[in-house]
Amino acid sequence: MSETAALIAGCAIVTFAIKAAGPVALGGRELPLAFRSVVTLLAPALFSALVVTQALADGKHLAVGPETAGVAAGALVAWRTGHIVACVVVAAVVTALLRAL
Amino acid sequence: MVTAPGVGRAGVLAGVRAGFPFAIAGGLLALSFGVVAQGAGLSQWAAILMSTIVFAGSAQFAAIAIVGGGGAVGAAIVAAALMNSRFLAMSIALAPSLPGGPLWRALQGQATVDASWAIAARGDGTFDRALLFGSTAIQYVFWVGGTVLGAFGGGVLGDTDRFGLDAVYPAFFAGLLIKELHEPRARRVALAGGVIALALVPVAPAGVPILAASLAALAGLTRQAQADTAKRIRVGTAS
Repeated sequence: MSETAALIAGCAIVTFAIKAAGPVALGGRELPLAFRSVVTLLAPALFSALVVTQALADGKHLAVGPETAGVAAGALVAWRTGHIVACVVVAAVVTALLRAL
Repeated sequence: MVTAPGVGRAGVLAGVRAGFPFAIAGGLLALSFGVVAQGAGLSQWAAILMSTIVFAGSAQFAAIAIVGGGGAVGAAIVAAALMNSRFLAMSIALAPSLPGGPLWRALQGQATVDASWAIAARGDGTFDRALLFGSTAIQYVFWVGGTVLGAFGGGVLGDTDRFGLDAVYPAFFAGLLIKELHEPRARRVALAGGVIALALVPVAPAGVPILAASLAALAGLTRQAQADTAKRIRVGTAS
């Protein structure tokens, strides 16, 4: 049990520290235009990386599988309808169906 | 110091509404976390405690995958930190929009979760705190609630991969990504970020490729990109 406690406490502390770091170091001050311009493009860069590292890779290997097709189907739904719940449900259902084949 | 507007009730409620669909999707993920965590040797209450005080999906999954595979606790914590490293980029971006003393800013920064951060972005490099807090609050409720359901009811599900629940996370991010792709520059940055991340997958520990992809946002430093941002600031585009 003490190992589990260390795991949970450790994860909580590093997560707190990472989320606090930016606001503590730079908070409450106006930053230059260049900074704001980079910030506006951070979301597409980060979310794209999150999608491809999970949908096109398995651990350290690049790999496609049923979940790749599922995510593609979900993305299509999100693009056409804008519904996030429909997007994730379609992704899960398509993945599950392909696995069941 | 800049004076930020106070956090109004209407703004927080708008955040709750905007965050609701993401909260439902996150709840599905949490459900699967509640199940998977037990497979990795965590008790039901440990899984729920972890969701309650860590509240970072990708980091929680990364950490229990290591522990479940027989890895050391220290390695699991490092993996969680690396998965969370993207929040460093997000929290730096948020910083100018969070007022108050250092401790209060540190606490406000805890509201940084992927969907809320995207919802709160005004499109001019600043963020709406009320939207951030509201959308994070509803996601937190579903995150903890989903974990409770998974921890106590997950036994009947068995292997959650069978239901394709492992596709929920990347699909969630695909949904967030698509909302960001209205402009050609954002599409190019998304492509570059994806390429950087995939190139690093074979050589870097999980999480690092994602943080490294944020380098693609440096495309915002070009003269044209800064001129466009300046225009949005003048117009005061609210997203």
